[in-house]
Amino acid sequence: MSDPTTSLTDRVTPIEAGAHVTGAAFLGRTPALALGNGEVLLAEIGAEKRLLAHPDAGILVAARAGTSLVTGGDDGRLTRVGADGSCVEIAQEKGKWIDALVARDDGTIAWASGKEVRARDPKGEVKRFSAPSGVRGLAFLPKGYRLAIAHYNGATLWFPNTAAAPETFDWKGSHLDITLSPDGRFIVTSMQENALHGWRVADKRDMRMTGYPAKTRSWSWSPEGHWLATSGADACIVWPFKEKDGPMNQAPRECGVRKAKVSQVAFHPKALVIAIGYDDGWILLCRLTDAAEILVRAPQDEGSGAVTAFAWDAEGRRLLFGTAEGQAGILDMPN
Amino acid sequence: MAEKIPVTVLTGYLGAGKTTLLNRILSEPHGRKFAVIVNEFGEIGIDNDLVVGADEEVFEMNNGCICCTVRGDLIRIIEGLMKRKGKFDAIIVETTGLADPAPVAQTFFVDADVQDAARLDAVVTVADAKWLAARLKDAPEAKNQIAFADVILLNKSDLVTEAELAEVEARIRAINPYAKLHKTTKCAVPLDAVLGRNAFDLERILEIEPEFLHTEDHHDHGHHDHDHHGHDHAHEAHGLKHYHDEDMQSVALSIEGDVDPERFLPWINEYTQKEGPSILRSKGILAFKNEPKRFVFQGVHMILDGDLQRDWRPEEKRVSRVVFIGRNLKEDEIRAGFMACAA
Repeated sequence: MSDPTTSLTDRVTPIEAGAHVTGAAFLGRTPALALGNGEVLLAEIGAEKRLLAHPDAGILVAARAGTSLVTGGDDGRLTRVGADGSCVEIAQEKGKWIDALVARDDGTIAWASGKEVRARDPKGEVKRFSAPSGVRGLAFLPKGYRLAIAHYNGATLWFPNTAAAPETFDWKGSHLDITLSPDGRFIVTSMQENALHGWRVADKRDMRMTGYPAKTRSWSWSPEGHWLATSGADACIVWPFKEKDGPMNQAPRECGVRKAKVSQVAFHPKALVIAIGYDDGWILLCRLTDAAEILVRAPQDEGSGAVTAFAWDAEGRRLLFGTAEGQAGILDMPN
Repeated sequence: MAEKIPVTVLTGYLGAGKTTLLNRILSEPHGRKFAVIVNEFGEIGIDNDLVVGADEEVFEMNNGCICCTVRGDLIRIIEGLMKRKGKFDAIIVETTGLADPAPVAQTFFVDADVQDAARLDAVVTVADAKWLAARLKDAPEAKNQIAFADVILLNKSDLVTEAELAEVEARIRAINPYAKLHKTTKCAVPLDAVLGRNAFDLERILEIEPEFLHTEDHHDHGHHDHDHHGHDHAHEAHGLKHYHDEDMQSVALSIEGDVDPERFLPWINEYTQKEGPSILRSKGILAFKNEPKRFVFQGVHMILDGDLQRDWRPEEKRVSRVVFIGRNLKEDEIRAGFMACAA
């Protein structure tokens, strides 16, 4: 992969983040990185600013809410950081770790600490829910105000604003991350047992996507919602969700096959191109249609950490990335 | 490749002295930084930078060939701690008084991310010399904690008589013949007696268990005068009472010579899968036919970890030994199965 016409490595500007990168996001035009040393780094090239969002603690989870970054720490605190450098505490879970966090553009946020789930609407009203066991993943359903919650032995869908009983979807095992297909038809979870599980929401029909050599901890939906790119193998595994039965009885596509595990994936916001990050720090862009690859990053030294965070800006002109060892960078896409 | 973070599991009944030991470890001026994972946030009374509350949540993990109970919360916590690498050199996991150590240990063998980041160093059990004998009679958890241990601190030894101490030590040995046993007051032992033990390191299996070499005594007990009427019976030998616990045993076997790996490996795998729930821990050093390197393994229930290690030294006798500790072990079945593997 050293052919210069298929390499964008010289369009990457490195950023020395200095600590494990937990999350990445563009706050409007400002690149932001959430770090394991408790800082949020606003990383505009030449105009860096560090905010100590979680003093003496680490950021475990981060999510973008519009043009703010919400961070959850091992200090039990939730803060909201703006591109203007503002940093406001919005919740405190008495020191218990924030294990999961999700947010959306209208400013709705949900988080979990142990079994306790909180949903906070844009006006700041907080509703509470106790899951049957420790919560590892959260996702908003695409329509309305409804939260999908992943825990042991299944998932629960909860309407924070109604008294309706939550709806449960059962499957034995430890469910970690959770996501909904953009059309709301399917729930997908990643499992401790190196597999994805899913349910068709309408009839709770189970589906399993197995064969992964490792856990899937990163996934991304294509812009039109027809594909789910996933990590956890030596290639990016992409599942089709367009048909009536979704991925059931369908073979996935593979791209970016290398001798390293895929640790992070992110679909371009406007094209069927996937940014793929590996556990050795490499980054490729792959086109889904023909699996064509472009090299973005190939660190030469042994100690280069896994890619741990990706974010495309709204137009897909820049890709922000971060690694476990504190290196980060921004790729500027060519015209 | 970064060094794996060592993890010490601290177990034992409430009041035995776990907190005393924990505080000693954290307050000694050794320069090491610890992340401590505890069950109850408030009760600990320790001052340490990184203290994490765990809820001891377990789930059944089934990945086809292995079905075991795993501490899901520990996987989550270790993943989180690794985002703060550099803030600690080692991890101590304290379990509640009634906890079964097996799920904790198993967690370190079933998750790839945990295995990449951390290694289980030792299970340290703190026991109360005054109360242990009674607990061994009425609490299976106490037996598990003793059977599972690599290091046992028989604490509050100043509160019992010599005779009582000898008695409880003999009961411990009936269950666990190879843990390193220290009789302590206020858990006062040098820290290297409990930290940096490498007890799960295949390289160190022989070094830390001199008793393991002397299987002759125990081997004899396996044959003669065993009338199992469901109660303890004791023999005198070498001035030390030998107890046989009615439901927790150790079985130590040896073959003077090589075993055939084509028979041994399938047997050990199948036997631990079948009898996994009864076998708390297993260890072995084997001479494989036509193999100059020693084969070393250790296991927790049905999870086995084995590898070829160093060459047999010219002055070393090629002998094959295995030890099982567990509940209601079928000694005859184990012996027959192992002996059939002789080369």
